[in-house]
Amino acid sequence: MTVALAVGIDVGSTATKIVFKKDQGDIHCHIRPTGWSPREAAQAGIRALLEETGYSESQIKATVATGYGRIALSFADRTVTEITCHGRGAAFLVPGADLVIDIGGQDSKVLKINNQGKVLDFLMNDKCAAGTGRFLQVMAAALGLDVSELADLSAGQEPVKISSMCTVFSETEVIGLLAQGVAKGAIVAGLHQSIARRMAAMVGRLGKPETKAVFTGGVALNLGVQRSLEQLLGIPVVTHQYSQAAGAIGAALIAQKMI
Amino acid sequence: MEGNMLANFDSIREQNMIALKEVKEKGAKVVGFYCTYGPQELAVAAGAICVGLCGTKEDPIPAAEQDLPRNLCPLIKSSYGFAVSDTCPFFHFSDLVIGETTCDGKKKMFELMAKIKPTYVMQLPQTQEGEASLALMYAEMKKVKEEMEKHLGVTITDEAIGEAIALLNEERRTLKEFFDLNQAKPAVITGMDLLKVSWQLGFHANRKERTVLLRRLIDDLKAKAAEGYHVGDESTPRILLTGTPTGLGSEKVIRLVEECGGLVVSIENCTGYKTLNQYIDENDPRDKLLLLAERYLKIPCSVMTPNTGRLELLERMIKEFQVDGVIDLTWQACHTYNIESTTVGQLVKDKLGLPFLHLETDYSQSDVETLRVRINAFLEMIQE
Ligand code: SF4
Ligand code: SF4
Repeated sequence: MTVALAVGIDVGSTATKIVFKKDQGDIHCHIRPTGWSPREAAQAGIRALLEETGYSESQIKATVATGYGRIALSFADRTVTEITCHGRGAAFLVPGADLVIDIGGQDSKVLKINNQGKVLDFLMNDKCAAGTGRFLQVMAAALGLDVSELADLSAGQEPVKISSMCTVFSETEVIGLLAQGVAKGAIVAGLHQSIARRMAAMVGRLGKPETKAVFTGGVALNLGVQRSLEQLLGIPVVTHQYSQAAGAIGAALIAQKMI
Repeated sequence: MEGNMLANFDSIREQNMIALKEVKEKGAKVVGFYCTYGPQELAVAAGAICVGLCGTKEDPIPAAEQDLPRNLCPLIKSSYGFAVSDTCPFFHFSDLVIGETTCDGKKKMFELMAKIKPTYVMQLPQTQEGEASLALMYAEMKKVKEEMEKHLGVTITDEAIGEAIALLNEERRTLKEFFDLNQAKPAVITGMDLLKVSWQLGFHANRKERTVLLRRLIDDLKAKAAEGYHVGDESTPRILLTGTPTGLGSEKVIRLVEECGGLVVSIENCTGYKTLNQYIDENDPRDKLLLLAERYLKIPCSVMTPNTGRLELLERMIKEFQVDGVIDLTWQACHTYNIESTTVGQLVKDKLGLPFLHLETDYSQSDVETLRVRINAFLEMIQE
């Protein structure tokens, strides 16, 4: 019998994530920049993943789209919000978690989930770039660094206090700290902590998590933020190699149910 | 609802604008109200026409922001903007405006409004409990009566107040009966239609005609329902909307819920169900102004502290309307509703175990897409 594929696509503001899910076993994941056309990013991603896995297009039996660009994907069978998809995907990656912390390129959210990944409650911040991937990018640039260098640089450093959460003001503050001769590592640790504090406040509004949190979205690749979150929340904050694709995984799981 | 059933309601506001101009020219008096704490019975007893002036549209907000801060509740800015730009005919025709010291924003706004129009600002107590609160409310009913007599050039008799009480009791009972039709599952009225009917009705100059129109609509709907008519189906998420007032122009959350496949089966705010089950005993022989004071003090609005009546009402409505989830709408910078949302959330989530969504927004369309994601996700929480 040929393998039936369920496809999940998460079109984020920065990256598009495509996931293939088979009836049993592994998932295949592909991530690429969204660029200016969500539709083209998604289609190119599917082609790339088909090539990589050797499956044919006819094996795709259901497609679910999510993320801010989901409406542009008219070829999808269904669209589901990134909130529902993230819940499903996170529970799949880290069984037993009761909280999802997602920090993407331009927004952040926290979800309370049950062990099937069903969302019980959520909060979203999409009003400003504060504390998102975009925020880290701007700060890294101000420090003359690449985002990928941030985590290592901050390891073991005593964080300096960054008082502003606004991207514009923080940039000025960071430049000021540099001028005062504060070590870059301490500044980066301070930035991580300020993001974590903001997320912890959002978590606090949903009520205390009990078991463990899954950390997803692009910023989950940053171990510095993860360490700060663990300290503030007092529970394990787990990432996964596929953390960034949690939304697309959730979409693929929902697609699979449609087959 | 099928178009023709609501046809009578679509243009009440427009039609009454013209009617109002005509009767004004013949000497009729008009009293404008901003809030459900305003005792409309007294205006009716004075033979005046009552009009609702609460601003529900974004258009006049820039005009208001010349005098008012930007980070103020849009309802206050819209209300003031209409007044200061003279773009609301109902305000224009009002001989007297009744304001209330509800929240800080409103009471200070009325100071500015009083420069444009004769305005009486009722002093409201901060709490519904205790003798002093009732005494203040009673004293204010007297003051409102005096002000109306002065500005409208009439004497308000006890007998006329008694008749007005009966008339408004009947109107509220009928409107409640209309809302209650939606206790049926599947429902028979969309949230947009609930809003349209209750909001448009408030502009009808002929008070008796309001109840007649509603009665006809209720009868039509009942007949249709008996033939199997309904909106949505058994599985459509039934949403209760609570929080700050909504009207046509500020209906975006209701519209989004229904665009995303849910149904707002009832509306617990003061433009909806909040004040519909507080009646005055028409046979109570006591001072009519005291009866009014008692009734108006019972309104469960967040400007009162504590405001346990709202929680009781919500709990009852959640059961009676077989609600699947509650959305609490707060206009930006409304502190009383914003803070009370924590308590409402605890009731809905912790005590009743239902999904709860708090939304904070204004009258603009700039956040429609981000609201849509939240509302969509909320409906998915209920359905999946
Ligand atoms: S919400 Fe309260 S203060 Fe505001 S208009 Fe309604 S009753 Fe008045
Ligand atoms: S919504 Fe809130 S801030 Fe606005 S007028 Fe009503 S009580 Fe005041």
